[in-house]
Amino acid sequence: MIQVKQLQKQYGSAHILRGIDCDIKESEVVCVIGPSGSGKSTFLRCLNGLEEASDGEIIIDGIKVNDPRVDLNALRATLGMVFQRFNLFPHMSVLENLIMAPMQVKKLSRREAVLVAEKLLQKVGLLDKIDAFPNQLSGGQQQRVAIARALAMEPKVMLFDEPTSALDPELVGEVLTVMKTLAEEGMTMVVVTHEMGFAREVSDRVLFIDQGIIMEQGTPQQVLGAPTHERTRDFLRKVL
Amino acid sequence: MNSFFHWEIIGEYLPLFVEGTWMTIKAAIICVIAGTCWGLVLGVGRLAEARHGFWKHFLRYAVQWPIRFYVSFVRGTPLFVQILLIHFALMPMLINPSDGLLISGDLAREIRSQYGAFASAVLAITLNSGAYVSEIFRAGIQSIDRGQSEASRSLGMTYLQTLRKVILPQAFRRMLPPLGNNAIAIVKDSSLASAIGLAELAYAARTVSGAYARYWEPYLTISVIYWVITLLLSAFVQHLERRLGKGEAR
Repeated sequence: MIQVKQLQKQYGSAHILRGIDCDIKESEVVCVIGPSGSGKSTFLRCLNGLEEASDGEIIIDGIKVNDPRVDLNALRATLGMVFQRFNLFPHMSVLENLIMAPMQVKKLSRREAVLVAEKLLQKVGLLDKIDAFPNQLSGGQQQRVAIARALAMEPKVMLFDEPTSALDPELVGEVLTVMKTLAEEGMTMVVVTHEMGFAREVSDRVLFIDQGIIMEQGTPQQVLGAPTHERTRDFLRKVL
Repeated sequence: MNSFFHWEIIGEYLPLFVEGTWMTIKAAIICVIAGTCWGLVLGVGRLAEARHGFWKHFLRYAVQWPIRFYVSFVRGTPLFVQILLIHFALMPMLINPSDGLLISGDLAREIRSQYGAFASAVLAITLNSGAYVSEIFRAGIQSIDRGQSEASRSLGMTYLQTLRKVILPQAFRRMLPPLGNNAIAIVKDSSLASAIGLAELAYAARTVSGAYARYWEPYLTISVIYWVITLLLSAFVQHLERRLGKGEAR
Protein backbone atom coordinates (compact mmCIF):
# COMPACT_ATOMS: atom_id res chain seq x y z
CA MET A 1 0.00 0.00 0.00
CA ILE A 2 2.75 2.45 0.97
CA GLN A 3 6.33 2.21 -0.24
CA VAL A 4 8.92 4.69 0.98
CA LYS A 5 12.42 4.65 -0.47
CA GLN A 6 15.34 6.71 0.81
CA LEU A 7 13.04 9.54 1.91
CA GLN A 8 14.99 12.68 2.80
CA LYS A 9 13.80 16.00 4.15
CA GLN A 10 15.91 19.09 4.66
CA TYR A 11 14.93 22.53 5.93
CA GLY A 12 17.84 24.72 4.96
CA SER A 13 20.77 23.17 6.75
CA ALA A 14 18.68 21.04 9.12
CA HIS A 15 18.54 17.44 7.96
CA ILE A 16 15.29 16.12 9.44
CA LEU A 17 14.92 12.84 7.54
CA ARG A 18 18.09 11.08 6.39
CA GLY A 19 16.83 8.21 4.31
CA ILE A 20 13.72 6.40 5.47
CA ASP A 21 12.83 3.07 3.86
CA CYS A 22 9.68 1.22 4.68
CA ASP A 23 6.84 -0.79 3.20
CA ILE A 24 3.39 -0.74 4.71
CA LYS A 25 0.92 -3.39 3.60
CA GLU A 26 -2.82 -3.07 3.28
CA SER A 27 -4.63 -3.38 6.62
CA GLU A 28 -1.37 -3.07 8.49
CA VAL A 29 -1.26 -0.90 11.60
CA VAL A 30 2.13 0.72 12.04
CA CYS A 31 3.04 2.78 15.07
CA VAL A 32 5.88 5.26 14.76
CA ILE A 33 7.65 6.10 18.00
CA GLY A 34 10.72 8.12 18.82
CA PRO A 35 11.97 11.14 20.76
CA SER A 36 10.61 14.60 19.94
CA GLY A 37 12.47 16.18 17.05
CA SER A 38 13.36 12.78 15.64
CA GLY A 39 11.43 13.45 12.44
CA LYS A 40 8.49 11.12 12.99
CA SER A 41 5.82 13.78 12.41
CA THR A 42 7.70 15.06 9.37
CA PHE A 43 7.74 11.51 8.01
CA LEU A 44 3.97 11.27 8.40
CA ARG A 45 3.39 14.69 6.82
CA CYS A 46 5.52 13.74 3.83
CA LEU A 47 3.18 10.81 3.17
CA ASN A 48 0.26 13.07 2.19
CA GLY A 49 2.40 15.85 0.78
CA LEU A 50 1.82 18.37 3.57
CA GLU A 51 5.60 18.46 3.63
CA GLU A 52 7.49 18.13 0.40
CA ALA A 53 10.13 15.42 0.34
CA SER A 54 13.61 16.74 -0.53
CA ASP A 55 14.70 13.45 -2.03
CA GLY A 56 13.65 9.83 -2.32
CA GLU A 57 10.37 8.29 -3.32
CA ILE A 58 6.96 7.77 -1.76
CA ILE A 59 4.46 5.56 -3.55
CA ILE A 60 0.97 5.15 -2.15
CA ASP A 61 -1.40 2.75 -3.87
CA GLY A 62 0.65 3.05 -7.06
CA ILE A 63 0.74 6.87 -7.04
CA LYS A 64 4.04 8.65 -6.64
CA VAL A 65 3.37 11.29 -3.99
CA ASN A 66 6.40 13.48 -4.57
CA ASP A 67 6.08 13.65 -8.35
CA PRO A 68 5.42 17.31 -9.23
CA ARG A 69 2.83 16.23 -11.81
CA VAL A 70 0.76 14.18 -9.40
CA ASP A 71 -2.69 15.51 -8.44
CA LEU A 72 -2.07 15.92 -4.71
CA ASN A 73 -5.69 16.85 -4.04
CA ALA A 74 -6.98 13.59 -5.55
CA LEU A 75 -4.38 11.64 -3.58
CA ARG A 76 -5.19 13.39 -0.31
CA ALA A 77 -8.87 12.61 -0.77
CA THR A 78 -7.90 8.95 -0.28
CA LEU A 79 -5.69 9.56 2.79
CA GLY A 80 -7.28 10.56 6.07
CA MET A 81 -5.23 12.62 8.49
CA VAL A 82 -5.82 13.27 12.18
CA PHE A 83 -3.85 16.02 13.88
CA GLN A 84 -2.52 16.50 17.37
CA ARG A 85 -4.55 19.66 17.82
CA PHE A 86 -7.73 18.32 16.14
CA ASN A 87 -7.98 21.27 13.74
CA LEU A 88 -11.75 21.15 13.52
CA PHE A 89 -13.26 24.09 11.66
CA PRO A 90 -14.51 26.30 14.52
CA HIS A 91 -17.04 28.21 12.42
CA MET A 92 -18.90 25.06 11.44
CA SER A 93 -21.09 22.64 13.37
CA VAL A 94 -19.99 19.04 13.79
CA LEU A 95 -22.23 18.01 10.89
CA GLU A 96 -20.83 20.73 8.63
CA ASN A 97 -17.29 19.70 9.55
CA LEU A 98 -18.09 16.19 8.34
CA ILE A 99 -20.00 16.96 5.14
CA MET A 100 -17.91 19.82 3.73
CA ALA A 101 -15.18 17.78 2.02
CA PRO A 102 -17.45 14.97 0.74
CA MET A 103 -19.68 17.61 -0.86
CA GLN A 104 -16.85 19.80 -2.17
CA VAL A 105 -14.41 17.12 -3.25
CA LYS A 106 -16.48 14.00 -3.95
CA LYS A 107 -19.47 16.06 -5.10
CA LEU A 108 -21.90 14.10 -2.94
CA SER A 109 -25.34 15.61 -2.52
CA ARG A 110 -26.07 17.05 0.89
CA ARG A 111 -28.44 14.14 1.61
CA GLU A 112 -25.82 11.51 0.83
CA ALA A 113 -23.15 13.35 2.81
CA VAL A 114 -25.43 13.72 5.83
CA LEU A 115 -26.20 9.99 5.78
CA VAL A 116 -22.48 9.17 5.80
CA ALA A 117 -21.85 11.71 8.56
CA GLU A 118 -24.62 10.33 10.77
CA LYS A 119 -23.32 6.80 10.37
CA LEU A 120 -19.79 7.88 11.33
CA LEU A 121 -20.91 9.97 14.28
CA GLN A 122 -22.84 6.96 15.51
CA LYS A 123 -19.66 4.96 15.19
CA VAL A 124 -17.57 7.38 17.25
CA GLY A 125 -20.43 7.74 19.73
CA LEU A 126 -21.21 11.40 19.10
CA LEU A 127 -24.44 11.38 17.13
CA ASP A 128 -26.03 13.51 19.86
CA LYS A 129 -23.43 16.24 19.22
CA ILE A 130 -24.24 16.56 15.52
CA ASP A 131 -25.37 20.19 15.83
CA ALA A 132 -22.78 21.24 18.41
CA PHE A 133 -19.88 23.53 17.59
CA PRO A 134 -16.29 22.40 18.22
CA ASN A 135 -15.80 24.81 21.14
CA GLN A 136 -18.70 23.11 22.96
CA LEU A 137 -16.91 19.74 22.92
CA SER A 138 -14.21 18.27 25.14
CA GLY A 139 -10.82 17.52 23.63
CA GLY A 140 -11.59 13.82 23.37
CA GLN A 141 -14.90 14.52 21.65
CA GLN A 142 -13.23 16.95 19.25
CA GLN A 143 -10.64 14.36 18.30
CA ARG A 144 -13.34 11.74 17.72
CA VAL A 145 -15.14 14.21 15.45
CA ALA A 146 -11.84 14.83 13.65
CA ILE A 147 -11.46 11.08 13.08
CA ALA A 148 -15.03 10.90 11.76
CA ARG A 149 -14.33 13.88 9.50
CA ALA A 150 -11.36 12.08 7.97
CA LEU A 151 -13.34 8.83 7.63
CA ALA A 152 -16.14 10.68 5.82
CA MET A 153 -13.91 10.75 2.74
CA GLU A 154 -13.72 6.93 2.89
CA PRO A 155 -9.92 6.90 2.86
CA LYS A 156 -7.75 3.90 2.09
CA VAL A 157 -5.18 4.90 4.68
CA MET A 158 -5.47 6.81 7.94
CA LEU A 159 -2.54 8.88 9.20
CA PHE A 160 -2.51 9.87 12.87
CA ASP A 161 -0.11 12.58 14.07
CA GLU A 162 0.10 12.18 17.87
CA PRO A 163 -3.69 12.05 18.15
CA THR A 164 -3.77 11.90 21.94
CA SER A 165 -0.86 14.16 22.87
CA ALA A 166 -3.00 17.26 23.38
CA LEU A 167 -5.60 15.46 25.51
CA ASP A 168 -6.10 15.35 29.25
CA PRO A 169 -5.15 11.87 30.47
CA GLU A 170 -8.72 10.84 31.26
CA LEU A 171 -9.81 11.61 27.68
CA VAL A 172 -7.13 9.54 25.95
CA GLY A 173 -8.98 6.26 26.31
CA GLU A 174 -12.08 7.20 24.31
CA VAL A 175 -9.94 8.23 21.32
CA LEU A 176 -7.78 5.10 21.47
CA THR A 177 -10.92 2.95 21.61
CA VAL A 178 -12.15 4.48 18.34
CA MET A 179 -8.75 3.92 16.75
CA LYS A 180 -8.66 0.34 17.96
CA THR A 181 -12.05 -0.34 16.38
CA LEU A 182 -10.77 1.08 13.10
CA ALA A 183 -7.71 -1.17 13.26
CA GLU A 184 -9.89 -4.21 13.87
CA GLU A 185 -11.99 -3.33 10.84
CA GLY A 186 -8.88 -3.63 8.70
CA MET A 187 -8.02 0.04 8.09
CA THR A 188 -4.44 0.67 7.02
CA MET A 189 -3.08 2.98 9.71
CA VAL A 190 0.14 4.88 10.36
CA VAL A 191 0.14 6.24 13.90
CA VAL A 192 2.76 8.56 15.33
CA THR A 193 2.25 8.15 19.05
CA HIS A 194 3.64 8.19 22.55
CA GLU A 195 1.03 5.68 23.73
CA MET A 196 3.18 2.61 24.21
CA GLY A 197 0.20 0.61 25.49
CA PHE A 198 -1.66 1.26 22.25
CA ALA A 199 1.41 0.39 20.18
CA ARG A 200 1.85 -2.87 22.05
CA GLU A 201 -1.79 -3.88 21.94
CA VAL A 202 -2.98 -2.75 18.52
CA SER A 203 -0.08 -2.35 16.12
CA ASP A 204 1.32 -4.99 13.79
CA ARG A 205 4.65 -3.26 13.60
CA VAL A 206 6.52 -0.56 15.48
CA LEU A 207 9.05 1.78 13.87
CA PHE A 208 11.51 3.52 16.16
CA ILE A 209 12.73 6.69 14.43
CA ASP A 210 15.66 8.63 15.80
CA GLN A 211 17.82 11.33 14.20
CA GLY A 212 15.94 11.01 10.92
CA ILE A 213 16.35 7.30 10.29
CA ILE A 214 14.52 4.13 11.30
CA MET A 215 16.80 2.83 14.04
CA GLU A 216 14.80 -0.26 14.72
CA GLN A 217 11.60 -1.91 13.59
CA GLY A 218 9.66 -5.07 14.18
CA THR A 219 6.68 -6.45 16.02
CA PRO A 220 5.74 -4.59 19.18
CA GLN A 221 7.05 -7.55 21.21
CA GLN A 222 10.47 -7.20 19.55
CA VAL A 223 10.85 -3.42 19.58
CA LEU A 224 9.14 -2.66 22.89
CA GLY A 225 9.91 -5.93 24.62
CA ALA A 226 13.42 -6.77 23.54
CA PRO A 227 14.99 -3.75 21.81
CA THR A 228 18.41 -4.41 20.31
CA HIS A 229 19.62 -0.81 19.91
CA GLU A 230 21.02 1.11 22.82
CA ARG A 231 19.11 4.25 21.68
CA THR A 232 15.81 2.35 21.62
CA ARG A 233 16.43 1.03 25.12
CA ASP A 234 17.34 4.52 26.25
CA PHE A 235 14.14 5.99 24.78
CA LEU A 236 11.90 3.27 26.20
CA ARG A 237 13.43 3.71 29.66
CA LYS A 238 12.43 7.35 29.57
CA VAL A 239 8.85 6.87 28.38
CA LEU A 240 7.78 3.68 30.14
CA MET B 1 -26.09 92.95 15.78
CA ASN B 2 -27.46 89.83 14.34
CA SER B 3 -26.20 86.49 15.53
CA PHE B 4 -22.74 85.39 14.39
CA PHE B 5 -24.13 82.54 12.32
CA HIS B 6 -26.39 82.90 9.32
CA TRP B 7 -27.94 79.50 9.14
CA GLU B 8 -30.58 80.72 6.70
CA ILE B 9 -28.08 80.39 3.84
CA ILE B 10 -27.91 76.66 4.51
CA GLY B 11 -31.68 76.50 4.17
CA GLU B 12 -31.48 78.39 0.92
CA TYR B 13 -28.99 75.88 -0.50
CA LEU B 14 -30.56 72.86 1.14
CA PRO B 15 -31.11 70.91 -2.12
CA LEU B 16 -27.40 71.24 -2.86
CA PHE B 17 -26.50 69.70 0.50
CA VAL B 18 -29.06 66.93 0.12
CA GLU B 19 -27.76 66.05 -3.33
CA GLY B 20 -24.19 66.31 -2.07
CA THR B 21 -24.94 63.94 0.78
CA TRP B 22 -26.54 61.49 -1.60
CA MET B 23 -23.58 61.71 -3.98
CA THR B 24 -21.11 61.13 -1.13
CA ILE B 25 -23.05 58.09 0.06
CA LYS B 26 -23.45 56.72 -3.45
CA ALA B 27 -19.77 57.07 -4.28
CA ALA B 28 -18.74 55.63 -0.91
CA ILE B 29 -20.95 52.55 -1.25
CA ILE B 30 -19.61 51.76 -4.72
CA CYS B 31 -16.01 52.35 -3.60
CA VAL B 32 -16.35 50.22 -0.46
CA ILE B 33 -17.80 47.28 -2.38
CA ALA B 34 -15.48 47.53 -5.38
CA GLY B 35 -12.45 48.32 -3.20
CA THR B 36 -13.10 45.31 -0.96
CA CYS B 37 -13.44 42.97 -3.96
CA TRP B 38 -10.32 44.41 -5.58
CA GLY B 39 -8.47 44.15 -2.27
CA LEU B 40 -9.50 40.50 -1.93
CA VAL B 41 -8.11 39.73 -5.39
CA LEU B 42 -4.87 41.58 -4.61
CA GLY B 43 -4.52 40.08 -1.15
CA VAL B 44 -5.02 36.53 -2.37
CA GLY B 45 -2.71 37.13 -5.33
CA ARG B 46 -0.09 38.52 -3.00
CA LEU B 47 -0.09 35.25 -1.05
CA ALA B 48 -0.36 32.91 -4.04
CA GLU B 49 2.44 30.36 -4.16
CA ALA B 50 3.17 27.15 -5.96
CA ARG B 51 5.82 24.56 -5.24
CA HIS B 52 7.01 23.66 -8.71
CA GLY B 53 7.82 24.65 -12.24
CA PHE B 54 5.92 27.12 -14.38
CA TRP B 55 3.36 28.19 -11.77
CA LYS B 56 5.99 28.84 -9.13
CA HIS B 57 7.73 31.37 -11.37
CA PHE B 58 4.55 32.72 -12.90
CA LEU B 59 3.01 33.45 -9.52
CA ARG B 60 6.15 35.00 -8.15
CA TYR B 61 7.14 37.25 -11.06
CA ALA B 62 3.83 37.87 -12.86
CA VAL B 63 1.50 38.05 -9.85
CA GLN B 64 3.27 38.67 -6.55
CA TRP B 65 5.80 41.23 -7.68
CA PRO B 66 3.43 43.43 -9.71
CA ILE B 67 1.00 43.44 -6.79
CA ARG B 68 3.75 44.44 -4.36
CA PHE B 69 4.80 47.21 -6.69
CA TYR B 70 1.22 48.42 -7.07
CA VAL B 71 0.48 48.36 -3.34
CA SER B 72 3.73 50.14 -2.58
CA PHE B 73 3.01 52.85 -5.17
CA VAL B 74 -0.55 53.45 -4.02
CA ARG B 75 0.34 53.56 -0.35
CA GLY B 76 3.36 55.74 -1.00
CA THR B 77 1.57 58.51 -2.94
CA PRO B 78 -1.26 60.86 -1.88
CA LEU B 79 -4.80 59.90 -2.84
CA PHE B 80 -5.33 63.50 -3.94
CA VAL B 81 -2.55 63.18 -6.50
CA GLN B 82 -3.93 59.82 -7.65
CA ILE B 83 -7.35 61.38 -8.22
CA LEU B 84 -5.83 64.18 -10.31
CA LEU B 85 -3.68 61.73 -12.23
CA ILE B 86 -6.64 59.55 -13.09
CA HIS B 87 -9.05 62.36 -13.90
CA PHE B 88 -6.77 64.57 -15.95
CA ALA B 89 -4.31 62.07 -17.42
CA LEU B 90 -5.61 58.50 -17.45
CA MET B 91 -9.30 59.06 -18.17
CA PRO B 92 -8.78 61.39 -21.16
CA MET B 93 -6.48 58.76 -22.60
CA LEU B 94 -8.99 55.93 -22.18
CA ILE B 95 -12.25 57.75 -22.90
CA ASN B 96 -11.94 60.41 -25.53
CA PRO B 97 -14.26 61.52 -28.40
CA SER B 98 -11.45 61.49 -31.00
CA ASP B 99 -9.00 58.75 -30.04
CA GLY B 100 -9.94 57.10 -26.74
CA LEU B 101 -8.18 53.79 -26.16
CA LEU B 102 -11.27 52.28 -24.52
CA ILE B 103 -14.21 54.32 -25.76
CA SER B 104 -14.36 57.04 -28.41
CA GLY B 105 -16.97 58.97 -30.38
CA ASP B 106 -20.20 60.45 -29.08
CA LEU B 107 -20.52 57.91 -26.31
CA ALA B 108 -17.19 59.06 -24.95
CA ARG B 109 -18.31 62.68 -25.05
CA GLU B 110 -21.52 61.76 -23.28
CA ILE B 111 -19.71 59.80 -20.56
CA ARG B 112 -17.12 62.50 -20.01
CA SER B 113 -19.67 65.28 -19.63
CA GLN B 114 -22.24 63.34 -17.61
CA TYR B 115 -20.18 61.05 -15.43
CA GLY B 116 -16.58 62.20 -15.89
CA ALA B 117 -15.82 63.32 -12.35
CA PHE B 118 -17.86 60.51 -10.79
CA ALA B 119 -16.14 57.80 -12.82
CA SER B 120 -12.68 59.22 -12.10
CA ALA B 121 -13.33 59.62 -8.39
CA VAL B 122 -14.81 56.14 -8.00
CA LEU B 123 -11.98 54.56 -9.99
CA ALA B 124 -9.26 56.41 -8.08
CA ILE B 125 -10.70 55.69 -4.64
CA THR B 126 -11.39 52.05 -5.51
CA LEU B 127 -7.86 51.50 -6.79
CA ASN B 128 -6.52 53.26 -3.71
CA SER B 129 -8.59 51.44 -1.11
CA GLY B 130 -7.98 48.10 -2.84
CA ALA B 131 -4.31 48.45 -1.95
CA TYR B 132 -5.09 49.06 1.71
CA VAL B 133 -7.75 46.35 1.81
CA SER B 134 -5.31 43.84 0.27
CA GLU B 135 -3.09 44.29 3.31
CA ILE B 136 -6.10 43.72 5.58
CA PHE B 137 -6.93 40.51 3.73
CA ARG B 138 -3.32 39.39 3.77
CA ALA B 139 -3.04 39.89 7.53
CA GLY B 140 -6.45 38.29 8.10
CA ILE B 141 -5.64 35.21 6.05
CA GLN B 142 -2.24 34.84 7.68
CA SER B 143 -3.75 35.16 11.16
CA ILE B 144 -5.70 31.91 10.75
CA ASP B 145 -3.89 28.95 12.29
CA ARG B 146 -1.98 26.86 9.74
CA GLY B 147 -3.65 23.75 11.09
CA GLN B 148 -6.93 24.94 9.57
CA SER B 149 -5.64 24.94 6.03
CA GLU B 150 -3.65 21.75 6.64
CA ALA B 151 -6.78 19.98 7.84
CA SER B 152 -8.74 21.21 4.84
CA ARG B 153 -6.03 20.38 2.30
CA SER B 154 -5.53 16.93 3.83
CA LEU B 155 -9.19 16.22 3.06
CA GLY B 156 -8.45 16.82 -0.62
CA MET B 157 -9.85 20.37 -0.81
CA THR B 158 -8.10 22.64 -3.30
CA TYR B 159 -6.41 25.88 -2.28
CA LEU B 160 -9.33 27.98 -3.49
CA GLN B 161 -11.95 25.74 -1.87
CA THR B 162 -9.99 25.97 1.39
CA LEU B 163 -9.81 29.74 1.09
CA ARG B 164 -13.53 30.10 0.44
CA LYS B 165 -14.91 27.58 2.91
CA VAL B 166 -12.38 27.50 5.74
CA ILE B 167 -10.03 30.49 5.79
CA LEU B 168 -12.03 33.51 4.64
CA PRO B 169 -15.13 32.88 6.80
CA GLN B 170 -12.86 32.82 9.86
CA ALA B 171 -10.62 35.64 8.69
CA PHE B 172 -13.59 37.85 7.82
CA ARG B 173 -14.62 38.17 11.46
CA ARG B 174 -11.17 39.40 12.40
CA MET B 175 -11.05 41.71 9.40
CA LEU B 176 -14.35 43.45 10.10
CA PRO B 177 -12.92 46.19 12.36
CA PRO B 178 -10.17 47.23 9.92
CA LEU B 179 -12.57 46.93 6.98
CA GLY B 180 -14.97 49.20 8.87
CA ASN B 181 -12.19 51.73 9.43
CA ASN B 182 -11.43 51.56 5.74
CA ALA B 183 -15.06 52.26 4.84
CA ILE B 184 -15.04 55.28 7.14
CA ALA B 185 -11.83 56.51 5.52
CA ILE B 186 -13.48 56.20 2.11
CA VAL B 187 -16.44 58.34 3.17
CA LYS B 188 -14.08 61.06 4.39
CA ASP B 189 -11.59 60.80 1.54
CA SER B 190 -14.34 61.14 -1.05
CA SER B 191 -14.31 64.86 -0.15
CA LEU B 192 -11.08 65.12 -2.17
CA ALA B 193 -13.13 64.51 -5.31
CA SER B 194 -14.58 68.01 -5.00
CA ALA B 195 -11.31 69.15 -6.53
CA ILE B 196 -12.26 67.54 -9.85
CA GLY B 197 -15.77 68.92 -9.68
CA LEU B 198 -17.72 65.98 -8.29
CA ALA B 199 -20.87 67.48 -6.76
CA GLU B 200 -20.59 65.78 -3.39
CA LEU B 201 -20.73 67.27 0.11
CA ALA B 202 -17.49 69.21 0.14
CA TYR B 203 -18.35 70.61 -3.29
CA ALA B 204 -21.69 71.82 -1.93
CA ALA B 205 -19.93 73.63 0.91
CA ARG B 206 -17.43 75.11 -1.49
CA THR B 207 -20.23 76.42 -3.72
CA VAL B 208 -22.06 78.06 -0.84
CA SER B 209 -18.94 79.59 0.65
CA GLY B 210 -18.03 80.94 -2.76
CA ALA B 211 -21.43 82.57 -3.19
CA TYR B 212 -21.62 84.23 0.24
CA ALA B 213 -18.02 84.38 1.42
CA ARG B 214 -19.27 82.61 4.55
CA TYR B 215 -17.24 79.69 5.79
CA TRP B 216 -18.44 78.65 9.23
CA GLU B 217 -21.95 77.63 8.24
CA PRO B 218 -21.32 75.49 5.15
CA TYR B 219 -18.23 73.72 6.47
CA LEU B 220 -19.71 73.10 9.93
CA THR B 221 -22.81 71.75 8.23
CA ILE B 222 -20.97 69.23 6.11
CA SER B 223 -18.75 68.32 9.07
CA VAL B 224 -21.83 67.32 11.01
CA ILE B 225 -23.20 65.37 8.03
CA TYR B 226 -19.89 63.48 7.57
CA TRP B 227 -19.81 62.80 11.28
CA VAL B 228 -23.34 61.37 11.31
CA ILE B 229 -22.56 59.14 8.31
CA THR B 230 -19.39 57.76 9.90
CA LEU B 231 -21.12 57.24 13.27
CA LEU B 232 -23.90 55.28 11.58
CA LEU B 233 -21.32 53.28 9.66
CA SER B 234 -19.33 52.31 12.74
CA ALA B 235 -22.54 51.37 14.56
CA PHE B 236 -23.39 49.11 11.63
CA VAL B 237 -19.93 47.49 11.73
CA GLN B 238 -20.25 46.89 15.47
CA HIS B 239 -23.63 45.29 14.91
CA LEU B 240 -22.11 42.97 12.30
CA GLU B 241 -19.24 42.10 14.63
CA ARG B 242 -21.63 41.12 17.39
CA ARG B 243 -23.70 39.01 15.04
CA LEU B 244 -20.72 37.18 13.51
CA GLY B 245 -18.82 37.03 16.79
CA LYS B 246 -21.27 34.54 18.32
CA GLY B 247 -19.69 31.50 16.69
CA GLU B 248 -16.11 32.61 17.38
CA ALA B 249 -14.38 29.69 18.98
CA ARG B 250 -11.49 29.19 21.40
